[in-house]
Amino acid sequence: MARSLIPLLIFIVLAGFLYVGLGLDPRKIPSALIEKPAPEFTLPTLLDPSKQTSSGDFKSKAYLLSVWASWCVSCRLEHPVLMDLAKNTDIPIVGLNYKDQREDAVRWLNKYGNPYTVSGYDIKGRVGIDWGVYKVPETFVVGPKGIIYYKHLGPLSNEILERDILPLIKKLNKGVS
Amino acid sequence: MKISRILIGMVFGFFLLHVHAAIEPLSFKNQEQENQYRRLLAEVRCLVCQNQSLAESNAGLAGDLRKIIYEEVQKNASDEEIVDFLVSRYGDFVLYRPPVKSSTYLLWYGPLALILVGVTVVVIMIRKRGKIEQNALSEEEQKEIKGLLDKAKASEGKES
Repeated sequence: MARSLIPLLIFIVLAGFLYVGLGLDPRKIPSALIEKPAPEFTLPTLLDPSKQTSSGDFKSKAYLLSVWASWCVSCRLEHPVLMDLAKNTDIPIVGLNYKDQREDAVRWLNKYGNPYTVSGYDIKGRVGIDWGVYKVPETFVVGPKGIIYYKHLGPLSNEILERDILPLIKKLNKGVS
Repeated sequence: MKISRILIGMVFGFFLLHVHAAIEPLSFKNQEQENQYRRLLAEVRCLVCQNQSLAESNAGLAGDLRKIIYEEVQKNASDEEIVDFLVSRYGDFVLYRPPVKSSTYLLWYGPLALILVGVTVVVIMIRKRGKIEQNALSEEEQKEIKGLLDKAKASEGKES
């Protein structure tokens, strides 16, 4: 009796693995940059090409780096989340405007609102490559010492913000002050 | 009739455009560099369309990475330097042949382990079967049993 159950057990184990596999997203690749120093960049700002923004500007406290573009449909999805975040907290949101046309991006911000403290204009996507960007929108949490602690692929939601990002930023900023 | 023909032509025209998108005319200093470039493109996965290599992909990011690899090749960078550049940004996942290390042991040796398990099971089964045959009676024992049975039958016949 016990012996005849073995194939059934093997089947159940296999089915279990396959079921878990169904739920995994093969596009979610662990970032190679977690716990590594954030790649440095210096870019002209989106709104004023004569000004520049660089990774060194945000070293005093934890910030979000949000990769976005006007051509990116799911950036519209996360946009209200970022707007709320900008309104209700003082966490800097650094935009990385990725492979976009300046007019389109400015029009997008004027139309829907601008949650970004500043946006770097990365038309060639070179900074995006340094940050390992391959799926816009992406959101990074960078600590006060310029270390990347977290990366989210795809649009942000309030859930992810409350569960992962806000507690992490609180913890990171506590270590400083 | 004419309009539909034009439309069909346009549709196929678009296919042609698409096919040509991934081919960039490049010039190399020597054959070695061209070979290196082609070798690397085939080894690196496109992150946007994951089942294509950089060489096959039409995605914008793949184009950017091809360009970077081309530039690095022109600068006489070694394969290792270029691969390190990509891995430090995108992780081992960009490589179609990930390096052997503790987190990839299962990937590299898992299939071998499964084969070993299978072979072990087969060996155990064959041995068991062999034992059953060993337990079978020898010819002498067979004769003895036959004799005993005959005797028993004969005595049964007498009693009844």
